[in-house]
Amino acid sequence: MELSFQTVMSQVMLGLNNGVFYAILSLGLAVIFGLLNIVNFVHGALYMLGAYVALLGYTMLGPLLGKPDFHLNYWAALIVAPLVVGLLGVGVERTMLRRLRKFDHLYGLLLTFGLALIIQGVFTNYFNVSGDAYEAKPEALNGAVNLGFMMFPKYRLWVIAISLLVCFATWFVIERTKLGSYLRAGTENPELVKAFGVNVPLMITLTYGYGVALAAFAGVLAAPIYSVSPVMGSEMIITVFAVVVIGGMGSIMGSIVTGLLLGMVEGFTKVVYAPASSTVIFLIMVIVLLVKPAGLFGRES
Amino acid sequence: MKTSFTRATLLLAALVGTSGMAAAPTEKISDGVVKIGVLTDMSGPYSTLGGKGTQVAVEMAVKDFGGTVLGKPIRVIGADHQNKADIASAKAGEWFDNEKVDMITGLLNSGCALAVQKVAGDKHRITMNTGAASTDLTNKASTPYSIHYVYDTYALGKVTGQAVVQTGGKSWFFITADYAFGQSLEGNTTKFVTALGGKVVGSVRHPLATADFSSYLLQAQSSGAQIIGLANAGTDTTNAIKQAREFGIGQKGQKLVGLLIFDTDIKSLGLNVAQGMQFTSGFYWDRDDASRAFAKKFFAIHKAMPTMDQAGAYSATMNYLKAIKAVGTDDPDAVMAKLKAMDISDFFAVHGKIRVDGRMVHDMYLMEVKKPSESKGEWDLLRIVKTVPGDEAFMPLSESTSPLVKK
Amino acid sequence: MNRYVWILLFVLGLVAPFVVYPVFMMKLLCFALFALAFNLLLGYTGLLSFGHAAFFGGASYITGHLIRNSGLTPELGILGGTLFAALLGYLVGSLAIRRQGIYFAMVTLALAQIVYFIALKAPFTGGEDGLQGIPRGFLFGLIDLNRVHVVGGKPLALNLYYFVFAVFCLGFWIIYRTIHSPFGQVLKGLRENEPRAVSLGYKVDRFKLMAFVISSAIAGLAGATKALVFQLASLTDVSWHTSGEVVLMTLLGGVGTVLGPLAGAFTVVTLQSELTSVGAWITVIIGGIFVICVLLFRRGFVGELGRLLKRSL
Repeated sequence: MELSFQTVMSQVMLGLNNGVFYAILSLGLAVIFGLLNIVNFVHGALYMLGAYVALLGYTMLGPLLGKPDFHLNYWAALIVAPLVVGLLGVGVERTMLRRLRKFDHLYGLLLTFGLALIIQGVFTNYFNVSGDAYEAKPEALNGAVNLGFMMFPKYRLWVIAISLLVCFATWFVIERTKLGSYLRAGTENPELVKAFGVNVPLMITLTYGYGVALAAFAGVLAAPIYSVSPVMGSEMIITVFAVVVIGGMGSIMGSIVTGLLLGMVEGFTKVVYAPASSTVIFLIMVIVLLVKPAGLFGRES
Repeated sequence: MKTSFTRATLLLAALVGTSGMAAAPTEKISDGVVKIGVLTDMSGPYSTLGGKGTQVAVEMAVKDFGGTVLGKPIRVIGADHQNKADIASAKAGEWFDNEKVDMITGLLNSGCALAVQKVAGDKHRITMNTGAASTDLTNKASTPYSIHYVYDTYALGKVTGQAVVQTGGKSWFFITADYAFGQSLEGNTTKFVTALGGKVVGSVRHPLATADFSSYLLQAQSSGAQIIGLANAGTDTTNAIKQAREFGIGQKGQKLVGLLIFDTDIKSLGLNVAQGMQFTSGFYWDRDDASRAFAKKFFAIHKAMPTMDQAGAYSATMNYLKAIKAVGTDDPDAVMAKLKAMDISDFFAVHGKIRVDGRMVHDMYLMEVKKPSESKGEWDLLRIVKTVPGDEAFMPLSESTSPLVKK
Repeated sequence: MNRYVWILLFVLGLVAPFVVYPVFMMKLLCFALFALAFNLLLGYTGLLSFGHAAFFGGASYITGHLIRNSGLTPELGILGGTLFAALLGYLVGSLAIRRQGIYFAMVTLALAQIVYFIALKAPFTGGEDGLQGIPRGFLFGLIDLNRVHVVGGKPLALNLYYFVFAVFCLGFWIIYRTIHSPFGQVLKGLRENEPRAVSLGYKVDRFKLMAFVISSAIAGLAGATKALVFQLASLTDVSWHTSGEVVLMTLLGGVGTVLGPLAGAFTVVTLQSELTSVGAWITVIIGGIFVICVLLFRRGFVGELGRLLKRSL
């Protein structure tokens, strides 16, 4: 296929569309890693869970409550799903991750790996592995917009816009506000921050909750585009890990920018040599590690 | 292991049995029980179209047969191969050696199927594959004990490819899963498309388990091809169809054609999204009274209509048991000889026969997804557009590379 | 450890095929060897590789290819697979040891994904169907590995079993010797306190790389042998799920114990083969075991037992 302006621009848009999912997921991982030093393997499963909260809220919640006509709509799901998953995350942090704080960080990775298997297994038991359709896409976001070089679905534009907004808002809070400065200080020296009267354990719990809520938020955004299936997260998470490593773990802006960039690189690969599109990110990772072992935005010595 | 001498006697006994003389059957069932193993994907990506439903179908067949054959009990055991070829192969070996399993059916996933078929061939036991798609099973990997019962990539490609070209779909663009199954599907379809004067203007190969197909769909769109052929399966196919709808592809001018689609995929997509699509299937529950009767009984137990894999497993089991009864023994050689000689006609297959290479040849159907307005119920999804006789649908023996085919 | 325990285990290994289904037993030995190799890295060097399936599965493809398509005898095929794994280990290791801790795990994971991609795409691997129908052939051109002995009415592949058992013992011996050599002592020192090892003048990276290569070679030996047992090499063996499984086996049995990986492999392989009728619950059960282990038994079965007996197992 020849690379006309039109083709390039269309692929940039589609790449950006995939990139925002990478960005929002790797941002969550980076936030969690920054404060808890844990590689949150369960992130993919929670992304899936977010999509299921939206799906089940629409199809099953009403009948469950005895009101068959009640459907949790898309906008409500965008708030409810992150809340539900965030609370679950708070529970996990309080009951499990906290007990591992004094041990090697690798145990956190292993614990969340186990949790991911459990969540994925449970959903595989009860739901169609080939996926279910989420039918509650709002009317207002149906149809497509003419961007000059292509017809782009309105819904995808919305996904790009709201994801970028959430990403940069998160960045702003962490890097530019007082609350964020406590968070960052807590990463460096928890004892000192405690001495200032900040409740560090609570801060850690809430950070974890926020990180996983981001994953659920991405899951709701994904539900109308992709099939909602129990394996949607496990396919995504490995790629997102590579994104995080390339960006440099723990760097907020790094994870956002890398996510967006790699989404676009992947998009181009789909045109140039499609079979490699799922591997190109790992290749880039190897190159980055050879040249800049700490990642593109990493600060590590 | 039996010597060839005893096998010859058994074969003789079998021939006597078929010619109507009542041979004493009591000792002709090895180990005093006929055991059927259902080995398939019960937890992974294919579990909705096979899985527990396949075991349900086999158990139904055993019950309908009466639960015993030649006075001996029939037992069904099931296991999940988790889509791992080594687990499938080990389980099959253990079943044959320790559990005295006589026949294995199901076997979704070509990798697992090939591994089990090899083990079964070495141990002289029967496999009746209802799930996997690979044509290798009846070609270079075929054994005297292997049967491929429902469909394969050749038949899918041929029936769909020819029908679409004949109705005017001359130029094609393929979106193909980049692995052996997808390539074989694309290759087979291409052959029949070009033979009828159609042409393939391009194709793109995507990795397995791709979430976003929009890039490929746009490439297909700008190729200007009339037909976008989806040579993939499962979530890849449903995601592609769903997103084509989102980008307005496949509605005016261009048409989407899925090469391997199951009823459950259409169910998952919804008629609104999938309407008008054509594909090939080996079975549809709403075909005639017999298939509807079976489907109703199956639905009562499994809470879903049978897929072609599940219906095929019932039919395979039933005919296997009939063959045992007819030859008066469960000796694999005698049973295989009978199976390959029988006419297989039931709710599943019309004019079915099992060829020397193990290919079960039966009518295949070109299906079309109904419009939402035409559907009268939750499972009223499809209409049979065309019935293609088995001899036209499946690979002729002249093209076969099976060691069993003498040339 | 007590000499009698070793003798007992060895005798158990000898009589096992008469009691347990031999193929199951051979699978167990392959995975146990794989876990032992992995433990050399995690338990004795402190490096968590999340990509060890690349060596295990990669070697099984190479061995399968050498035996099936190049007509090599089984022992040469296995040797080829093992050497390949060692070489791959050298490449991956050189890249990965530049980073530590979690970064190391991520780097190995990503590199293993590239190996997975190659296994899917390379012309000889059979794509997602896997490399099927690998002949077992004649060991040293003499001993028929397909030969089945009928004992008590059951067909037993004894030739193959004892060959696999011998390979396992060889691998085990190499790992045991490595752990108890001066080299192994340095590795343990590294695990405990890396800066100190550096200040003592040890070339830390060289030791780590060496350990990585030995570990990946033995993992390759296990995978190569498995290819012979099942007569196939498949994508499962190179997927990240397998990398996760070997972590689970080691963790479950006891990180940094000699017998732990054995016990862990035994548990996981048995679960997988016995729980084939529970459908997707198997994933839940394995995940649950993971969580319980991490929260409650970080030392694993053997580690906890060792603590009770107050000795190192």
